[in-house]
Amino acid sequence: MGAQLRELRQRIRSVESIKKITRAQELIATSRIARAQQYAEAARPYSRALVTAMEAAAERARLDNPLLEGVEEPRRSAVLVVTSDGGFAGAYSANVIRQSEALSGLLRDQGQETVPYVVGKKGVTWFRFRGRELGGDYQGFTGKPSYADARRIADDLLEAINTPTEEGGVDEIHIVSTHFRNMVTQEVRARRLFPIMVEEVPDELYHAEAGAVRGDAESQSAPAASASSSNGRGERSEVLPLYEFEPSADEVLDALLPQYAGNLVYTALLDAAASEWAARRRAMKNATDNAGELQETLTRQSNSARQAEITQEISEIVGGADALAAAGSE
Amino acid sequence: MAEELNVEVVAADRQVWSGTASIVIARTPEGEIGIMPGHEPVLGLLVAGAVTVRSTSGEAVVVAVSGGFLSVSENHIAILAEQAELAGEIDTAEAEAELAAAEDDGEGARRWAQARLDVASSR
Repeated sequence: MGAQLRELRQRIRSVESIKKITRAQELIATSRIARAQQYAEAARPYSRALVTAMEAAAERARLDNPLLEGVEEPRRSAVLVVTSDGGFAGAYSANVIRQSEALSGLLRDQGQETVPYVVGKKGVTWFRFRGRELGGDYQGFTGKPSYADARRIADDLLEAINTPTEEGGVDEIHIVSTHFRNMVTQEVRARRLFPIMVEEVPDELYHAEAGAVRGDAESQSAPAASASSSNGRGERSEVLPLYEFEPSADEVLDALLPQYAGNLVYTALLDAAASEWAARRRAMKNATDNAGELQETLTRQSNSARQAEITQEISEIVGGADALAAAGSE
Repeated sequence: MAEELNVEVVAADRQVWSGTASIVIARTPEGEIGIMPGHEPVLGLLVAGAVTVRSTSGEAVVVAVSGGFLSVSENHIAILAEQAELAGEIDTAEAEAELAAAEDDGEGARRWAQARLDVASSR
């Protein structure tokens, strides 16, 4: 067998095994998307009930909590960046990082410092490589986040926002993560988590959502069922019942806010996990398709190389026979 | 019975139990609270411990909660806890081990482990 043919066959075999691997990854990712969506679905009753409770409590409680009332001139912001641990997911992490850089630039233009809190190995490596100081790094769960992971992140963020800015605390918390619209569309979103806001912000970076309560004073008298809906609140428009608070509205709100923060982070992580798997599925599907094409091209090449070899052998034999015949007749 | 309560017990990552009930008994920082149909709207804190739901079919559903909230309005009760587990789901031996392990994990973890164990052993 000729050297060229042998080399082609080797390449076909290796492309074939790569294709098997990417195909398997694609199938795994497909099943993980479904699972991530199930988790997101399971977390929904909690979000819904929590938001209703928040609206009720915020209507009646004082609003001097840093999570509700922003400061006049925020000086430092925490930015939670949700990337992935693993690669093989196309531009998933890169897109999030790009958006977070854009947001940080915007905040810096407003005279704020930014402190990144990064989820996912890819993001952590990216920030570390550039020598950025991280407020926190969280790794090892992006494909399948648990509530305990979200709780840990939320606790760190809350501690930062409850610390005075002079002592290294932050005034605002932002999050940049990927939203799972459907199997083919996932979009990177930047939102402000705290202080909670509900009205649309003109900045194009913000897709208005996040937050359940209005932080400003005049909204106290208004019915709290506000329009912009992320957690299935849209359908509800009746005025909230007059709750009796046990022990008091302030205490209830103080205890609700950390749970609410945990829930926000958790839903963002779940949304990001579904998006991550979707991005991975797409990347792996493309890789599988490419491997298939390459395999076809290589097979054609090897076929023609084989044919060329046969033709050459035949012409050698014929040539040899002719030569022998010529020698015998003399 | 004309009236019944629609109850849902939800943990942060799943719905633990939902159904109709005749009475719900929970513990707030100020003591036990029992809620029957027609109760006024309440939004209350819960402490780590057991929540008992007497369902309309007569069975008593006991849930261990790590603390959280109780919201009552128009015969709808939502119990929101970061962690919640049905009594039947808790493995007593495992809960004991977790209580021992939670000793150094701070107050919240210890109370939750204690609540689970109490609920499991009261089965």
